[in-house]
Amino acid sequence: MTLHLAVALDGAGWHPAAWRELTAAPQAIFSPAYWAGLVTEAEQGLLDFVTIEDALGPQSTLTDGFDDRTDQVRGRFDAVLLAARLAPLTRYVGLVPTATTTHTEPFHVAVGIATLDHVSGGRAGWRPQVSPRAAEARHFGRREFPPLDRLLPQEGLNRPGGLDLSADPHVRDLFAEAADAVEVARRLWDSWEDDAVIRDAATGRFVDRDKLHPVDFAGSRFSVKGPSITPRPPQGQPVVTALAHARLPYEFAAACADVVYVTPHSAEQAHAIVTEIRALSADLKIFADLVVFLGEHAARRKARLDELDGAVFTSDAAIFTGTAGELADLLLEWQRAGVQGFRLRPGGLPHDLRQITRGLTAELRGRGSFRGAYESRTLRGLLGLPRPASRYAEAS
Amino acid sequence: MTRKRVHLAAHFPGVNNTTVWTDPRAGSQIDFASFAHLARTAERGGFDFFFLAEGLRLRELKGRIHDLDVVGRPESLTVLSALAAVTDRLGLAGTVNATFNEPYELARRLATLDHLSQGRAAWNVVTTSDAFTGENFRRGGFLDRADRYRRAAEFVRLSRELWDSWQPDAVVADPETGRFVREGGIGDVAHHGEHFSIEGRFTVPRSPQGHPVIIQAGDSDEGREFAASTADVIFSRHGTLDDGRAFYSDVKRRLARYGRRPRELKIMPAATFALGDTEEEAAENAAAIRRQQVGPQTAIAFLEQVWGRDMSAYDPDGPFPDVEPDLSEDLSQGRVPFGDRAAVAAKWRALAQEKGLTIRELVIEVTGRQTFVGTPQSVARQIDEHVQADAADGFILVPHLIPGGLDEFVERVVPLLRERGAVRTGYTGTTLREHLFDDESESEPS
Repeated sequence: MTLHLAVALDGAGWHPAAWRELTAAPQAIFSPAYWAGLVTEAEQGLLDFVTIEDALGPQSTLTDGFDDRTDQVRGRFDAVLLAARLAPLTRYVGLVPTATTTHTEPFHVAVGIATLDHVSGGRAGWRPQVSPRAAEARHFGRREFPPLDRLLPQEGLNRPGGLDLSADPHVRDLFAEAADAVEVARRLWDSWEDDAVIRDAATGRFVDRDKLHPVDFAGSRFSVKGPSITPRPPQGQPVVTALAHARLPYEFAAACADVVYVTPHSAEQAHAIVTEIRALSADLKIFADLVVFLGEHAARRKARLDELDGAVFTSDAAIFTGTAGELADLLLEWQRAGVQGFRLRPGGLPHDLRQITRGLTAELRGRGSFRGAYESRTLRGLLGLPRPASRYAEAS
Repeated sequence: MTRKRVHLAAHFPGVNNTTVWTDPRAGSQIDFASFAHLARTAERGGFDFFFLAEGLRLRELKGRIHDLDVVGRPESLTVLSALAAVTDRLGLAGTVNATFNEPYELARRLATLDHLSQGRAAWNVVTTSDAFTGENFRRGGFLDRADRYRRAAEFVRLSRELWDSWQPDAVVADPETGRFVREGGIGDVAHHGEHFSIEGRFTVPRSPQGHPVIIQAGDSDEGREFAASTADVIFSRHGTLDDGRAFYSDVKRRLARYGRRPRELKIMPAATFALGDTEEEAAENAAAIRRQQVGPQTAIAFLEQVWGRDMSAYDPDGPFPDVEPDLSEDLSQGRVPFGDRAAVAAKWRALAQEKGLTIRELVIEVTGRQTFVGTPQSVARQIDEHVQADAADGFILVPHLIPGGLDEFVERVVPLLRERGAVRTGYTGTTLREHLFDDESESEPS
């Protein structure tokens, strides 16, 4: 069984001091060329897809609110636009931006992701994300949120394994809204049947309006009439992915997503999480997230970065330091626990990305566990997900 | 004699009957290749920018989706961001509604586009209040016209506060000192106004243009005032010489009130065109395009919008009907209304009677006339003369075909405009602001 590999791109990498490494390109982080280099590297490595992080507020060491640290990367691009900018530069690799469901208009997000699918020829995905922070809600001034740090222990959201906020009514409400946003998006993507455009000169009709459908969604946070303004995306429905650490997001992922990223810290935990999720969904693709520092001196590299940052790096995901060969061993062990793919978060860019695309993929291929060529031009094709028929199409 | 430079922009054909889809050369309205073709053509012609319109709900007539015109388009800023990858200098202008967006998010998307295009982003600020479009959004339809402009003006002001909140040199990214951002380089934003009340910190470093270019298309008094105070470009509807001159002088006159010079706001009317090897051939081509744009069903649909009643029983190639409009009914949703329908109906009827026109002929007569018709030489001359006569600073060209509707213009008219010294022979700057405003030293004809 081959496994799926994705990388999670963010700034200079996932270690807060990664931008200070000699191999980093910190001056270039806000240039299109930097991102073009990363995504073409991922494609040369035959990876399934890249994800792009985003949020509606700057990075911070605080759980809720902004710090005044000047020694870490601050600032991000809108991830959907960044993914679109990269689409014409690539041909196979999937592009999966993060877009928040909490303060955004579901209609705009759905149409944006549909457009990404059109401009990439069927390689779009989406990672819907909730935004529970009061500081981000103040950027919109429409809703008042309780401060998030009231819920959290000292180490905040980076606690190994992530944090279970399932019991909090505010967080539950945001997940319910996210589920509505994904439901609306999928309905909007289906709202144009595949053959809606007829261009029938004899009758003067460009579209068959019986194949354009209102979506008539009415939820507690928003209503959307539809249909979409954008014709059906090449994949029918772009791939929806979700990061999940606990019961509530597992349920969200099982109900709404095609791919889930989970954060086990051992093969046993991986097995337990897979068992829990499989009871909720038979079809969901289960990926494990890992932060990776790769190479002969990976542990020393990470230690030096910790020293520069003044703190030992922690993460919700397991942190791996070692060689590409050692990482291949670990991935295959977790694969035996039921994990179907991995979303690797490079500790430093571009170094750890190159270790993945040039080292890890070769190791896995040597063991018969990774592709030797792209087998599809769509993200659904790479992931083995069927192209769904529109829910509104009458079975003929 | 010094002369004004002519600014040109390319409008991707829209979802209305200007866009001819029945022509065998008509391509996809949604494939990225169509957008890339038109954008590259515009860039080859040295155009200032590429322009995308927006519509957030499919248009309806008689309670059903209007199916006679091209339907379906992408999200503006997303497709523009992709176009940034296949063009180098062309400005990228997107229409985005200020009613159905929030400043923090949209300012961030526009700043992102400006970075990703290295200084080529523009925002055409529009507003909507119709509840019909609002049905697709959280916030629904609301606000009367005056409120819409106040909201739009506050939206733009707040966006600029957000864009200005990162100092130009905020990102130092110096591994030696360990400083990624300069102390005090990122300011906090606190804005408490009539329509928006936000506090916090922006997430995108200051973009290459500082402020993406602002375009405005409203025509009302409020719209003109908003443009005079805020916009860099007006996308106007006044393409004829007299109309254009009146609009031009009115708007340019308003600028002084805001401490702005006339050249700081470019006026670019929408313009259509038809070319031919001779004047006669151009006129024939123009007439043929108009017939394509107003097919028999489209003629009836136009009538129904004005008359407010079902007119499908009438023969489009028959005599103009002698019935009164039903002013209680508005059958059209999601498009710019016809205004005083009683007056429009009376005018149409009188014109049809006077000239003995059929329904379709009448609709072609009143809706379809191209702005510029002629040989490449005469079209180049007309465009230049309009600009030199202060009827415009340039034009946003609206081709009738996707994706090749500008090919002939760029191949045949642009070289003549260059010979006249009316347009640049190549880009001299890299950002859209430079394309629009770096012509302070006016050129001599070559």
